[in-house]
Amino acid sequence: MHSLWKTSIRFSLLFTLILGIIYPLAMTGIAGVVFPKRASGSLIFVKGAILGSSLIGQRFTSDRYFHSRPSAAGNGYDAISSGGSNLAQSNPILINRIQSEIDRLQRQNSVTSVPIDLATASASGLDPDITPDAAYFQVPAVAKARGVSQEALQRLIAHHIQGRQWGVFGEPRVNVLQLNLALDSMYK
Amino acid sequence: MTANGWIQFAIYCFVLLLSVKPVGIYLARAIEGERTLFDPILRPAESFLYKLCGIKADREMNWREYAFALLGFSVVSMLITYGIERMQAILHLWNPQRLAAVAPDLAWNTAASFTTNTNWQSYTPESTMSYLTEMTGLATHNFFSAAVGIVVAIALIRGIKRTESSTIGNFWVDITRILLWILLPGSILFAIFLVSQGVPQNLNSYTTAHTLDGSTQVIAQGPVASQEAIKMLGTNGGGFFNANSAHPFENPTPLSNFAEILSIFIIPAGLTFTLGRMTGSPGHGWAVFAAMLTFFIVGFAAVYWAESHPIPLLHGFTQTQTTSSPSGNMEGKEVRFGIADSALFATVTTDASCGAVNSMHDSFTPLGGLVVLANIMLGEVIFGGVGSGLYGMLIFVILAVFIAGLMVGRTPEYLGKKIESYDVKMAMLYVLTFPLIILTLAALFVVSPKIGLSSLNNPGPHGLTEILYAFTSGAGNNGSSFAGLNANTWWYNVMLGWEMLIGRFLMMIPVLALAGNLAQKKSVPPSSGTFPVTTPLFAVLLVGVVTILGALTFFPALSLGPILEHLMVQSGHMF
Repeated sequence: MHSLWKTSIRFSLLFTLILGIIYPLAMTGIAGVVFPKRASGSLIFVKGAILGSSLIGQRFTSDRYFHSRPSAAGNGYDAISSGGSNLAQSNPILINRIQSEIDRLQRQNSVTSVPIDLATASASGLDPDITPDAAYFQVPAVAKARGVSQEALQRLIAHHIQGRQWGVFGEPRVNVLQLNLALDSMYK
Repeated sequence: MTANGWIQFAIYCFVLLLSVKPVGIYLARAIEGERTLFDPILRPAESFLYKLCGIKADREMNWREYAFALLGFSVVSMLITYGIERMQAILHLWNPQRLAAVAPDLAWNTAASFTTNTNWQSYTPESTMSYLTEMTGLATHNFFSAAVGIVVAIALIRGIKRTESSTIGNFWVDITRILLWILLPGSILFAIFLVSQGVPQNLNSYTTAHTLDGSTQVIAQGPVASQEAIKMLGTNGGGFFNANSAHPFENPTPLSNFAEILSIFIIPAGLTFTLGRMTGSPGHGWAVFAAMLTFFIVGFAAVYWAESHPIPLLHGFTQTQTTSSPSGNMEGKEVRFGIADSALFATVTTDASCGAVNSMHDSFTPLGGLVVLANIMLGEVIFGGVGSGLYGMLIFVILAVFIAGLMVGRTPEYLGKKIESYDVKMAMLYVLTFPLIILTLAALFVVSPKIGLSSLNNPGPHGLTEILYAFTSGAGNNGSSFAGLNANTWWYNVMLGWEMLIGRFLMMIPVLALAGNLAQKKSVPPSSGTFPVTTPLFAVLLVGVVTILGALTFFPALSLGPILEHLMVQSGHMF
């Protein structure tokens, strides 16, 4: 019995050293050399300041920008408090929330058809993407706020659609932050 | 549902099928000490480690010694993790956010959770656990608990194979070989792939960004890829971030998503081939695989179908349905994954005892939620957790063979071993422990407004499902949740902690006892009365036994939860 405990303790400590310290530190070293940008969070720098990460969604409230999806992370796009709403379809809080978002979007564009991703909260609360339809849906509002032509914005969106990976995996999407960055650099 | 969604599912099944044989062969070779690619580096390391730990590698153990070693190791490593969590503030190492010590009840729950391969998380990792705790406490346990699951499956296979033997292997040798030959190299390769897709791997403090719209955003970082790799490969499922594999830093692209879903099943599916190879009956391995695959396909079709439906109670608008915008229940789902990849991930993670999620199960349609919950309730045997899925299914195999024996009125045999009273008792102990702890604890919490119901996020039958899901996930060592439930309370933490330990170790001990008992039996040659375990008929019988046991046990509870909710929502009711 005595040797069982001795072996257990030694084994646990040794393998904690190998798997809990050497392995992650080695991976950090390798990743930092091979993929330095990705290993440090795919950060976007503008004039030396960190603007965000291309993988992490941001909240946009200004009319001059395309908007991201509703977010349940903290007070919205809180990247230290990720998560979804976890509300059920039988819960009036969820139904009222989505319904009022749909009503707002319908009023804004005076149409009946609304892309559902624009009215629902994502799983992470940090979804960087919207569907291509959701981007096109916002064109009239952004064009009006910026005083630019709708055709130019549609071309910009078409340019920013990421198709399915390898032609089959996932769904087509538009990264909102990168779309807005391109928008800013086009119309200074 | 879209054609592309089904194509992705078909590709997934195809790649999984291709992987079964090579992975199964490698697992068998690595565990049995046959020659492998990594021997030149790992053999010397292995004997050095044995010397340091005082392990006599050539000494075989009987099932009791094996079980004691397994329990001793688990207790010690669990205490170490508890200690690290409690001391993370004092240790002051790799803790750039200066996170405080983890509260005692939460530290207990988390230590139990990671020791049992459950990875239930009642905390928000990015604001609770330091990098030191994540790496040395939690990620390390991802390796340990996965390896412990695999050794039990291997011990049971040895019990089936060996004749008139009093021993079933050496625990320390088995676990060392699994860690060094299988889990570590697999994780290294997978982690590098994940970084290539955008998963961060650093020890930096959290990044403050000044957003385009003029506010600030603090972005949590960390050594994510190294932990993500073993989290998936070991069917652990404990996220580095609260949103788990829905978080863009844990699962940035559709390709990383595909690889993560594949990595959940790759070892459990490969082990069915290992079973066939080690027992000398490849057909039996494939029959077990076929039974598992059947459940998986039915489960995916059901979840995909359910989640493709628009949210029923919304009105006054038309939901666009184009090829570029798949519609359906997008609440709690990510755009890059859409409905199909979310449904596939949810099915796989609850079939296996993984518990990682890339969408929020709490916001699923009532029927979608029903299927993922039922997947766990069937006993985590649809490929299941690494090792635990196979030994769980083999328990059902014993029962299936026993029932077939009753039908023809002769002593049942399984791969040349007579199945007798002791074996069936151990199998029943395993099968009954599971629903007993789930239903007892869920019932206790449901009737208590103060300790149970006050944590609910949703009212009505969905609330019942939240509690039922929590205790099913705990006992099944799954770890996924209807995450609206606030489980970070003293009662939930303590009781779920005990439940996970019972659901793991009290179910492992009968398996090891069964392995020991089978090993000492004589082999009887097959006769005309032997029920063959390699045929489609056997696979059908196995599917039937698993379904009937699960359905009979849990149908009443399910009818009060998701089934009732579905009927009410369809008739226009909210709660």
